[in-house]
Amino acid sequence: MQIIKTVTLDYRQYLTEKEILEIEHEVSIMETRESAGIEALKIVQHHRGWISDESLNAIAQLLAISSAQLEGVATFYNLIYRQPVGRYVIHICDSISCHLLGYQQVLQAIKTHLGIDYGQTTADGLFTLLSNVCLGGCDKAPVMMIGQQHYEHLTSEKAVAILNGLIQSKDGNLPGDILDKTDVGATIVEVKND
Amino acid sequence: MTNSASQSSMTHPLTHLVNLSQPLSLTEYIREGGYQGAKKALQELTPAEVLAIISDSSLKGRGGAGFPTGMKWSCVPMFEADDVNAPEHKYLVCNADEMEPGTFKDRMLMEGVPHQLVESMIISAYTIGADKAYIFLRGEYHLSAKRLQQAIDEAYSENWLGKNIQGTNYHLELYVHTSAGRYICGEETALINALEGKRATPRAKPPFPQVSGLFGKPTVVNNVETLCNIPHIIKNGAQWFKQLSPESDAGTKIYAVCGRVKTPGLWELPMGVTIRELLYQHAGGMADGLKLKGLLPGGASTDFLLPEHLDTPMDFDSISKAGSRLGTGGLIVLDDQNCPVAMVLNLIRFFAQESCGWCTPCRDGTPWAVEILTRIENGQGKQNDLDELANLCDFMWLGKTHCALAPGAVEPLKSALRYFQDDFQQHIDKGCCPYTGSHSQSGLASNVAQACGGHAHG
Ligand SMILES: Cc1cc2nc3c(=O)[nH]c(=O)nc-3n(C[C@H](O)[C@H](O)[C@H](O)COP(=O)(O)O)c2cc1C
Ligand code: SF4
Ligand code: FES
Repeated sequence: MQIIKTVTLDYRQYLTEKEILEIEHEVSIMETRESAGIEALKIVQHHRGWISDESLNAIAQLLAISSAQLEGVATFYNLIYRQPVGRYVIHICDSISCHLLGYQQVLQAIKTHLGIDYGQTTADGLFTLLSNVCLGGCDKAPVMMIGQQHYEHLTSEKAVAILNGLIQSKDGNLPGDILDKTDVGATIVEVKND
Repeated sequence: MTNSASQSSMTHPLTHLVNLSQPLSLTEYIREGGYQGAKKALQELTPAEVLAIISDSSLKGRGGAGFPTGMKWSCVPMFEADDVNAPEHKYLVCNADEMEPGTFKDRMLMEGVPHQLVESMIISAYTIGADKAYIFLRGEYHLSAKRLQQAIDEAYSENWLGKNIQGTNYHLELYVHTSAGRYICGEETALINALEGKRATPRAKPPFPQVSGLFGKPTVVNNVETLCNIPHIIKNGAQWFKQLSPESDAGTKIYAVCGRVKTPGLWELPMGVTIRELLYQHAGGMADGLKLKGLLPGGASTDFLLPEHLDTPMDFDSISKAGSRLGTGGLIVLDDQNCPVAMVLNLIRFFAQESCGWCTPCRDGTPWAVEILTRIENGQGKQNDLDELANLCDFMWLGKTHCALAPGAVEPLKSALRYFQDDFQQHIDKGCCPYTGSHSQSGLASNVAQACGGHAHG
């Protein structure tokens, strides 16, 4: 016989006051509590980097829905991370225009430079590499997104220079630190190759 | 997209105010003639009168299907203010999920002139009697989210949103909802499920959203570009809108071109410009040393066309007659040095990945097609693979799946099997990919897709 242990959890002990406030705001503009699900996941992920089982259960409790339902939502989306990720998540576009323009070389350069494959995180916890469908910059292909920034007209050299820029600035003040999601300014950074 | 002096609100209504580095503030937008359409609609016209103008204008949806907007709106039940049977809410939802590969027009409209979308939503919501409106925005469009929210905040502070808009008895709340990256959310009933916080699988129709949509209430879902036409039609009239285009489809269209052409980009042009003009005049023709091999006229889910179709006008009817669909108007160009099999594999892999998994033909059929195409591209294809692919196209065709995603995947595949038959055959016969310069698929080492003559893929 198997004994299933159940855990009782109080979301108030798990979510911060700020998280709860932000989630309740999203609830207030919708007709039902459950409809704030995806926004709630994004809020907690913004504060914690990813969605752990505990986070998921706490949000489900706050929204008065089952964890299973919320998990069905969470796992449906590319931008909800159900595993820990690095400080910078690289989303490289692998859709058609980027394909025709040769994103494969850029991807290979990133993999080689960081020593990781899709779905992996560098040992220093700085980068995670993921693919993304069309990023809406097809006329400026190849394209990748890191945090809120879209980097366009990529070449292998340019991509490596962007990563190096992020590595160098990791302790210093990044101009417009892309982790600061309260500033949603997605300025498009052009890196010059010299 | 650049706007020059020759572009005016009368010839380039959608884009003449686009400024991608710094969109117009509310005051500036009003100074340029903005919110006049909304003012006219709310203060001088009844909802029925607005609807009549839109129906008369022949505006068709720009989200892919080309459904007449007036007809869509006319299915929404209307009630007198004191009618006890009136639903508590009605909704207008702007579909800004733009995730179809090769489509990037809505982004320009949202980043470049966000107030235009806000104004269009005020008029449209007024027409269908909606008191709440949502912009369903894809999660990757961070700049759009920021600029739309700024525009909405400004509109609230100047009473273009909220209670008793501009002294009328019309109220409207407008919110931005950002998604988290899944193509199927763009399908309008999946979008409604997503907004309700459910897993975003499409719903069965009927009931249609206009009758029972978001939270079971009457709901209209329209594309960003469709909506952005509304203020201009109200301001300048249905006749003006119709005469913008020489073809039967009225208005302008934002066309896109991507692939290896000289100057890829976006252009607002009269509906029905020929493919030739778009590709050679506006996009500058093929990049040096390349020849045109084929193209998808309207995004990833449309059938291939060939160089022989270059003189086809880019309007709904003409492109259909040529055997494809206008779709989103985003031209994806295949050159003679990119492998058509690899291109189709890339497209079908997208659909396989984005399939919501609800119905079997799509959930199983799209990955199966990916498996076969991978085999062929790698030079391990078998002769009956081509029949197998043709069968899969049948299994996933219209009427056999729960939504239009799978048929959308079939379109490029089926047309490629027909038009690029020689290329498929050569892969099988030679046991390698004849396009030495082409790009192999990600996930395969670049030398796995064995190039003919021993050359590794670049
Ligand atoms: C798989 C799939 C994805 C879609 N994605 C979008 C989209 O991103 N944006 C959009 O406007 N319409 C999209 N559509 C079409 C919508 O279902 C709907 O027809 C459209 O939003 C209606 O707006 P319109 O009448 O203004 O064109 C998609 C359809 C399907 C089947
Ligand atoms: S066709 Fe594909 S995307 Fe559409 S409902 Fe079926 S499985 Fe889902
Ligand atoms: S295909 Fe890569 S941005 Fe559109």
